[in-house]
Amino acid sequence: MMESLFYGASAIALLATVAALTRANAAHALIYLIVSLLAVAVLFFLMGAPFAAALEIVVYAGAIMVLFVFVIMMLNLGEAGNSREREWLAPRKWIVPGILAGILLLELVLAVRHAPASTSGIEVPPKMVGLTLFGPYVLAVELASMLLLAGLVGAYHIGRRFIVRRDFSRPGDNS
Amino acid sequence: MGGLQIPLEHVLLLASCLFSCGLAGLMLRRNLIFMLMSLEVMLNSAALAFVAAGARWGQPDGQIIFLFILSIAAAEVAVGLGLVLQIQRRFKTLDMDQANRLRG
Repeated sequence: MMESLFYGASAIALLATVAALTRANAAHALIYLIVSLLAVAVLFFLMGAPFAAALEIVVYAGAIMVLFVFVIMMLNLGEAGNSREREWLAPRKWIVPGILAGILLLELVLAVRHAPASTSGIEVPPKMVGLTLFGPYVLAVELASMLLLAGLVGAYHIGRRFIVRRDFSRPGDNS
Repeated sequence: MGGLQIPLEHVLLLASCLFSCGLAGLMLRRNLIFMLMSLEVMLNSAALAFVAAGARWGQPDGQIIFLFILSIAAAEVAVGLGLVLQIQRRFKTLDMDQANRLRG
């Protein structure tokens, strides 16, 4: 039963990812990508990582995808963008990258095919994750926080000129 | 929720399939938003492989690396989407072939 759940969720993740990356409309692709992320969260839960599953839903399918939604809505691409995307998706353009990625996939499959191991089926509780995170990995946590700070400053700096400021009380303006 | 014994190579196969999907998407799409989505898929598949390895030995390290991948993805998406807005404003297109010069 659980195994069939696992393989079903795997199939959904794979199909939704393929569907997401071949859509012409960005908003439709985003919906498929969210489905794929939710399926991966189910996989995490089935593999005994409930904390990772919850974070996958909250941060990935929630926060990061909401950022994508915001940007797609701000850009407001519309029907002209869709037809341009369909033109970019002509088969002669994607056949070579598809073959290259297929070769890489084949090599990966050959590399991992004979791994005589299985998942342990032991659930790793969030408490254990937290104790390890702030125990041996505390330096990496600090580095991650610095990375997030750098991302915050960088995103603000890059998107700064996009934000139109209105100076209502300009100094030296007597009118 | 214990007792699920999945062969590890099946999870790794799924992760590599997802990674290849993301890589193909990154190479074949010209739209910047879809390229960012492909990057998300690739990071997510790497995280899946890490969590599977953590589940293999019943240790929390895999989930911790997943947390770091999550923070990397968040920072990358924030900066990347800021770049998307700027490129759309300057070039009036999201085609990466149009935005291949370093001087704006």
